[in-house]
Amino acid sequence: MEPVMAVAIGLLYAAAIFMMLRRSIVKLVIGLMLLSNAANLLIFTSAGMTRGAPPLIPEGMLVPPGPVADPLPQAVVLTAIVIAFGVLAFAVVLIRRAYEIVKADDLDKMKDTDT
Amino acid sequence: MRPEVALPVLLPLLSGAISLLFWRSRPMQRFTAVAGNLALLVVALWLMASVSAEGYVTIQMGGWEAPYGITLVADMLSAVMVVLTAMIGLALAVYSLASTGPDHEKFGYYPLMHLLLAGVAGAFLTGDIFNLYVWFEVMLVASFALLILGGEKAQMEGAIKYVTLNLLASVIFLTAIGLLYGMVGTLNMADIALRLAEAEHRGMVEVLAVMFMVAFGIKAAAFPLFFWLPASYHTPPVAVSALFAGLLTKVGVYSLFRVFTLMFDETMDYTQDLLIWGAALTMVTGVLGAAAQYEFRRILSFHIVSQIGYMILGLALFTPLAIAGGIFAVMHNIVVKTNLFLISGVTRRLQGTYQLKKMGGLYRERPWLAVAFFISAFSLAGVPPLSGFFAKFVIVRAGIEAEAYVVTAIALAVGLMTLYSMVKIWHEVFWKALPEDNLVPEVEMVAGDDSRMVKPSLWLMYLPVGWLALCAVLIGIYAQPLMEIMAIIGDQLTNPRGYIEAVMGQEAHGSDALLEAPSGEARP
Repeated sequence: MEPVMAVAIGLLYAAAIFMMLRRSIVKLVIGLMLLSNAANLLIFTSAGMTRGAPPLIPEGMLVPPGPVADPLPQAVVLTAIVIAFGVLAFAVVLIRRAYEIVKADDLDKMKDTDT
Repeated sequence: MRPEVALPVLLPLLSGAISLLFWRSRPMQRFTAVAGNLALLVVALWLMASVSAEGYVTIQMGGWEAPYGITLVADMLSAVMVVLTAMIGLALAVYSLASTGPDHEKFGYYPLMHLLLAGVAGAFLTGDIFNLYVWFEVMLVASFALLILGGEKAQMEGAIKYVTLNLLASVIFLTAIGLLYGMVGTLNMADIALRLAEAEHRGMVEVLAVMFMVAFGIKAAAFPLFFWLPASYHTPPVAVSALFAGLLTKVGVYSLFRVFTLMFDETMDYTQDLLIWGAALTMVTGVLGAAAQYEFRRILSFHIVSQIGYMILGLALFTPLAIAGGIFAVMHNIVVKTNLFLISGVTRRLQGTYQLKKMGGLYRERPWLAVAFFISAFSLAGVPPLSGFFAKFVIVRAGIEAEAYVVTAIALAVGLMTLYSMVKIWHEVFWKALPEDNLVPEVEMVAGDDSRMVKPSLWLMYLPVGWLALCAVLIGIYAQPLMEIMAIIGDQLTNPRGYIEAVMGQEAHGSDALLEAPSGEARP
């Protein structure tokens, strides 16, 4: 399973960077979304994938009987998903407002604050 | 229980919640801003006192022992940073009373400011790498909203760059955390430090070190990753600029110091050159960028970048003295840089513009403001006996001791260039006569639009300016006792053993016992 995930994550990162390098701000935000999802999958995969072994301790025991999935990366990914959701919601509103004010879906037209 | 470690995080959250409850009441929000930040300063000094007495203060959140729970830990570095945060928070709260118009206050300016301070304090105090990421995001989300408050065109354009590059940095940070967890199976920084020392794949550790360097380098605005800063910092209301300038990049610098002294100290032979030359180029590009600018806040923004170089140079030389100098530079820069932004807001109020060409004559009109600017600007340039001189002196001396002559020479030359920029502002804003095309009626109109009470509000702006200028002088006068505190920091950071023991418990719980403890994880 890990090699498949590794390839998928690599493709997601590549697609995200490609989208972020485009001139359109809509594609920029799509790139950010792909990027955060790629990072989440990477945490999930690099922490080791264990199939069908929930980290539950049966009654009367103090430690799980066999090897179980690590619950911590799942908690970490869940937190990261929530944060990414909030931040991306902000980014979507931001590009909408920027589009209304600048009247262009083009990063090359947003150079007033540079130099 | 050690409440003083958690309170600097909880208090701003509480103040933020209180000002949210009084969403419609402007006076109540303003009162909460000042009172809340005053309380924060008191708690920060309490933390400082505890840390001075004991060295390290830790608290295990929820009673979960390290490394399983989240640890909040304060060493001398954290305590100093928290005190500075509270000082800047209080100065900004007072300044905002006058400078931030009702149109900003109505849309949650004060709650966001509290949230930002909570994020900053949390980042300084946490001992858990993923928790650090969370505090970074808390801080970022608050800063995003503050940056676009007002919704002008320049703000939107600046915000798109700021948001994109900071999110990119966050994802790199998160990716590095994921790979690090895959390697060592823990998120507690002290525990990571123990296990990385025993890691087999040195190459992988170096890759991780560089990923953290890039992520925090973007946040700290180091070369070549600083472009978001001069593109955005001059766009929001001036109190927001000042808050960002004082605190946000310094959180990135703090994280670099923390991560590279605690976790990646053994990769230094590989990362040291990267850090040193990154620091040198940061100093040079920042100061050259500023030389080309004629807008008050843009000059200051580029100087933030250039000063970050000094701090990173302190880390890169990696001797106790250099680290002490680097942190001294952080302390000096937080005070002085914030003050320069605050002064740019006052001159804007007086003359209606940030364009140097259109300003002038303030030395005659407002001599005390000129004195405050003079102190801050020449302190930034490193003129003795002001605060910046001692920061630079210690770093340069550490550089010579480490025989890094080229980079030391660059640091000195950059100081001269800084002086050039500051003299330029001094000449244009304070010394030359007011140009005739800047019509005085326009100025009065601007002042009247922002707030009806023109006269008292100016005093509320002078108060923090004077207080921070006084701090810059006092840091210079009391450089010796402050340097002793910095020496403690340099000592603590170069001997991470104390930090690790403070977090993980006594020597008995050393690395071997922890590695053999049953953790219930399926590790391949």
